[in-house]
Amino acid sequence: MSSFWSGWIIVLTLGHLIALIVLLKWNMKNYTDVEEGESMGHEFDGITELNHPLPKWWTYLFWICLGWAFLYLAFYPGLGNFQGLLGWSSSNQHVLSLEDSERQTQQALEEGRLVQYVRERARADEVYGPLFASYANQTIEEIAQDSDALRVGQRLFLQNCAQCHGSDARGGIGFPNLTDGVFNWGGSPADIKHTLMQGRVAEMPAFADQLGEQGIREMAAYVLSLSGRNVDRDLARAGEANFVTCAACHGMNGKGNPALGAPDLTNNVWLYGGSQRAIEETLRHGRNGVMPRWDSILGEDKVQILSGYIYSLNN
Amino acid sequence: MSQTIPQHNDYNLKVVKQFAVMTIIWGIVGMAVGVLIAAQLVWPALNFDIPYLTYSRLRPLHTNAVIFAFGTSALFATAYYVVQKTCQVRLFSDKLAAFTFWGWQTVIVLAVITLPLGMTTSKEYAELEWPISILIAIVWIAFIIVFFGTLAIRRTSHIYVANWFYGAFIIAVAMLHIGNNLAVPVSFTKSYSIYSGAVDAMMQWWYGHNAVGFLLTAGFLGMMYYFVPKQAERPVYSYRLSVVHFWALISIYIWAGPHHLHYTALPDWAQSVGMVMSVVLFVPSWGGMINGIMTLSGAWHKLRTDPVLRFLIVSLSFYGMSTFEGPMMAIKSVNALSHYTDWTIGHVHSGALGWVAMISIGAIYHLIPVLFERERMYSIKLINTHFWLHTIGVVLYIVAMWISGVTQGLMWRAVNADGTLTYSFVESLEASYPFYFVRFVGGLFVVAGMLLMAYNTYKTIRSDKVRPSEPLPAAQSV
Repeated sequence: MSSFWSGWIIVLTLGHLIALIVLLKWNMKNYTDVEEGESMGHEFDGITELNHPLPKWWTYLFWICLGWAFLYLAFYPGLGNFQGLLGWSSSNQHVLSLEDSERQTQQALEEGRLVQYVRERARADEVYGPLFASYANQTIEEIAQDSDALRVGQRLFLQNCAQCHGSDARGGIGFPNLTDGVFNWGGSPADIKHTLMQGRVAEMPAFADQLGEQGIREMAAYVLSLSGRNVDRDLARAGEANFVTCAACHGMNGKGNPALGAPDLTNNVWLYGGSQRAIEETLRHGRNGVMPRWDSILGEDKVQILSGYIYSLNN
Repeated sequence: MSQTIPQHNDYNLKVVKQFAVMTIIWGIVGMAVGVLIAAQLVWPALNFDIPYLTYSRLRPLHTNAVIFAFGTSALFATAYYVVQKTCQVRLFSDKLAAFTFWGWQTVIVLAVITLPLGMTTSKEYAELEWPISILIAIVWIAFIIVFFGTLAIRRTSHIYVANWFYGAFIIAVAMLHIGNNLAVPVSFTKSYSIYSGAVDAMMQWWYGHNAVGFLLTAGFLGMMYYFVPKQAERPVYSYRLSVVHFWALISIYIWAGPHHLHYTALPDWAQSVGMVMSVVLFVPSWGGMINGIMTLSGAWHKLRTDPVLRFLIVSLSFYGMSTFEGPMMAIKSVNALSHYTDWTIGHVHSGALGWVAMISIGAIYHLIPVLFERERMYSIKLINTHFWLHTIGVVLYIVAMWISGVTQGLMWRAVNADGTLTYSFVESLEASYPFYFVRFVGGLFVVAGMLLMAYNTYKTIRSDKVRPSEPLPAAQSV
């Protein structure tokens, strides 16, 4: 903030508080020519006003609040660019990137300033970090057997993952069920951890232009037939003729490819719905699935515990 | 003063009657919608899978209806009445006054249509889209002209304190409304705010909190300063107290908005200044309460027999309570617990149902017999029943929301020995469930009271017990 605006804020804020003092002092004296407790002599539709003094306790309250206001503004940031005597701030200011935040945190620490958010995080890491680390030394398979670690894992899941995957981890339309043993990106401990740490971006392209409406109907029928569903055989056969396009990701036999996150089409598990209509919709417009990355948010120790929890749901 | 005092019929009471009756009708509508959405939070199926009846669309309809239809109609009615009576002169322009009535009703009807259709700017309490916003601004400017025009042609030497508050409220609302609603239209029903990011948030809450400060506080303090001394037949307690608390209140309120944005991207200095001013605001707010309640000194016994006065005085108690609660909630560390919880909703309703609604109801009960020249309200007993229904309803509502809100706040921050959060969000929602039911019941009480009021008013207007011609107020020389 430029020093002009900083000055503007200081003058307005302090000026206002001082004006309040003047207002209060002015009205504590009887400046009217009427004795205290007497009528002011105006009359409005039968209403008159008395000239009682301000209640004493109320003026004390006013002084206390005003005094406190000056003290607060001396200790905390409020008067423009003045940081306050405590050097406190709620968080790093004007942050545009993670690097920005880290650099500012470093700088704040060096200057001995108190950034509330950073302090609270640091305190939490100090207290709880060793606890997470003690669980996280185990392998994911070991965590999946450790009931204490699993309890921690479940809490982490409820707070960070349940928003999309549900409290029972059974997902919903567009959000994978994590309890059915089907993992589009692989279900080994290492795969699960990788998914959590780095996130995943799955892209099913749109085929409306390439296949046309009739082609989409045929392809949907064929895809459904792969998992043994009852379909119109003629439609399915016509669809099979075009399946080579799909095979690039899903494989000739439709078994999918975990390296690309391409789902297995033969297990009758459908991320975006398994009706003829839902599959046509998927083919027509494509799908974009995003699993966010958690490494910078949770840190590796918590991800390790979470991976153990998710692994335990299936093994 | 040598001029003769105007008689009843010399005033423009038509517009006052219109707004007074609409206050009751819109009160019932707005509060009934509130009860419906309260019920939806208990039984979600009550939206019947109809998009126009979903919580998200009815909630702004509820807030707009109670603030701008019910509350603001009460303000129009009483401002027009008080300014005429205390200036002893007819309204500056009957035509413009009629325009404000029909214009304002049009705004409300448009809100009732567009909000359920999902047309919204998405700014809280400023949801109405740009064509309606422009209409509001035009009606409001007409209001300014009528009100200040009347003050200008007044026949009293001084301006009564009630009119200071009405005047401040009318000017500030124009400034806030126009400032916050500046937008770029992209179609007839959609516009985008000219502000963005933290600036937009700051503008929104500068507007939002001062809608509370000027519309729901200063305006109703104006109402208080006329109807409390009038109903109690006692002089106002302290002239100098009204001077201090008026100037302190209106000058400090305008700073208070940032307390809605604690621990957000708003710069720390703005948060601190907003918090400091909000806390100081506590004192002038109580100045108004003291002046109103102390006006009763020497007439306390009237509370036992006069339910209208009871409405007015209890409203002041709720005002005192919520203006203590508000500054406390504006403190950052308290806000860290209360923000985003039902505590806020409880706080708002102790102000809206306790203060705003009760003072308006009291004022309207005072006005109806005067306006329609009846001896008194049809049934004093029913007013008393209304008083108790309303009070019980408000207490149920705010206590339920306090418990629910503090529970949520504590659950959200509870941590296990390992530092993970103890509860997931849905668990806190489950904990709130019983209190949502209590809130719904409280709302039912309030609406039941409003229906009694409508019945009582109808019977009063229809009755043939005409008021004996008003004795001339003692004409004192000033």
